[in-house]
Amino acid sequence: MSEAALTPSPARPARRAGGARVRGESRLVQAILIAIALVFLLLVLGLPLASVFVEAFRKGWDVYLEGLSDPDALAAVRLTLLVAAIAVPVNVVFGLAAAWCIAKYEFRGKTLLTSLIDLPFSVSPVISGLVYVLLFGAQGWFGPWLKANGVEIIFALPGIVLATIFVTFPFVAREVLPLMQSHGTADEEAALTLGASGWRTFWTITLPNVKWGVLYGVLLCNARAMGEFGAVSVVSGRIRGLTTTMPLHVEILYNEYNTVAAFAVASLLALLALVTLVLKTLLEWRYADHLSANGKH
Amino acid sequence: MTRKRLRRLFDYAMAALALAFCLAVTAGARAQTVELLNVSYDPTRELYRAINAAFAQEWKAKTGKTVTIRQSHGGSGAQARTVIDGLNADVVTLALGGDIDAIAQRTKKIPADWQKRLPNNASPYTSTIVFLVRKGNPKGIKDWGDLAKPGVGVVTPNPKTSGGARWNYLAAWAWAKKANNGDEAKTREYIAALFANVSVLDTGARGATTTFAQRGIGDVLLAWENEAYLVGEEFGAEKFDIVTPSLSILAEPPVSLVDGNVDAKGTREAAQAYLDFLYTPKAQAIIAKHHYRPMKPEAADPKDMAQFKTIDLVTIDKDFGGWTKAQPEHFGDGGTFDQLYKPKR
Repeated sequence: MSEAALTPSPARPARRAGGARVRGESRLVQAILIAIALVFLLLVLGLPLASVFVEAFRKGWDVYLEGLSDPDALAAVRLTLLVAAIAVPVNVVFGLAAAWCIAKYEFRGKTLLTSLIDLPFSVSPVISGLVYVLLFGAQGWFGPWLKANGVEIIFALPGIVLATIFVTFPFVAREVLPLMQSHGTADEEAALTLGASGWRTFWTITLPNVKWGVLYGVLLCNARAMGEFGAVSVVSGRIRGLTTTMPLHVEILYNEYNTVAAFAVASLLALLALVTLVLKTLLEWRYADHLSANGKH
Repeated sequence: MTRKRLRRLFDYAMAALALAFCLAVTAGARAQTVELLNVSYDPTRELYRAINAAFAQEWKAKTGKTVTIRQSHGGSGAQARTVIDGLNADVVTLALGGDIDAIAQRTKKIPADWQKRLPNNASPYTSTIVFLVRKGNPKGIKDWGDLAKPGVGVVTPNPKTSGGARWNYLAAWAWAKKANNGDEAKTREYIAALFANVSVLDTGARGATTTFAQRGIGDVLLAWENEAYLVGEEFGAEKFDIVTPSLSILAEPPVSLVDGNVDAKGTREAAQAYLDFLYTPKAQAIIAKHHYRPMKPEAADPKDMAQFKTIDLVTIDKDFGGWTKAQPEHFGDGGTFDQLYKPKR
């Protein structure tokens, strides 16, 4: 491949001068790059995705449905939906609150708060799970007190929800914050001067301005909440039919040589990913202007 | 979107939250029927599925009550760790006594003399370690000595996390010690050569099996006898051969009540009955069917018993001074495994 065309090197100025040649070459390079990208996408994304569905339907539709209607699989689906139903709204409230106070107010430690929001992205999910074990486990800081008061956190629903909230909380805040910052505080100031309450200002001015960003954040947050493996696997205790979410259940089934059922459940997760992708594309396509402050699209 | 609609959306979200909460609460209320949690090691998934169904039936017939048994599986050492961290197990059925000792020492939820509470060292069945090789045994692996030869790919899980792997390790150690007339230096040399042939150390027995059988890595899998037979059933007996070495180890996977947990949950009666059930002829027959060596062979189907070859077996208590001695000596920090295993660079 011609590196000269990719990064025109100052050592060879003559090449740059020959306009036609550069254009000719760059068309070739363009084709090569597109081909590489396509082949890469096909190998890394298309093939695995296809294999999920091929494996899931290997023994036919009936076996596929049987794998999904197993009580443990259904329990895993229910748990996953429940966890997402709690974690996502909590993160919307938190994300809006965090973005609001960062975008609209000046205070000491603002930069620190901004970078703290990103923490879950930079910490390995296993660690996110382990910190909860260290805090709430039987040998952890609050373990004895929780035990004495009959509160179960680790290896039960609250632990799984906590771990999920932790790994997914940047999504909404990260999407909303740039929008709020780009809108500035002028509208809010006007509303307040006209006598609106803070609450009313939020509902009539701030929220409508960022609604598409919120929706976008919810989408990403939900996808991750349902798909999270690492952090949840540490705090789950892997009790079949009770504390296994869909990703954990996939692993269990695979380890039991139950490939068809494993991929049947995996296909649900893949479908979720596809739906998310379609919704995300629609959002971007339809409301590109509203989201553009994001700078990512 | 108008403010009203946003508000309504907010209301819906709150309603969904409330619904989710109610679901969680009712899920808790359903636990009123007796529910036991059996925390077990990796390869027993199929065994306990069958045992649990049989026990639930018997318990219903005897007491009229419904019992559900939940299962959690993983590497034996890792599972013990989860129970120590607070997983609410009613019974633990692990790969070796050392892991249950660890729970007893660290949580005091199990009395120190737990292994004397049930017959046969609290082990309703035993097993041993055999070799699983590819069909026709292309590398000619017949005994432990062949595993240390150059060019042989050995698959075993990690002795730090897997109970089965510790039995593998000690069986190899016992053979080498006997073959070298008790010479410790030569035994160490053999173990180092054996582990130089290991390319993947999975965390649990099931992971190692998948590595060998499904991913096709290695020439020989050091496996639980039961796991070796199961691979034949799952992947086709025509693809693999089982090689029985000249000497192996009597693996005793013990069971115990977790007293601290059953007393807090009020499930002692059912949990004790569950463990006692493992020793009944009915359960012993199921055990043999799943390729574990039953404590009472007379209860099993003679056809199932025919699969177990007689092997010269060493024991953990006689040859290694019990788990309390063997665990720190071989698998603790800086133990023989740490000294002899050099990961490939």
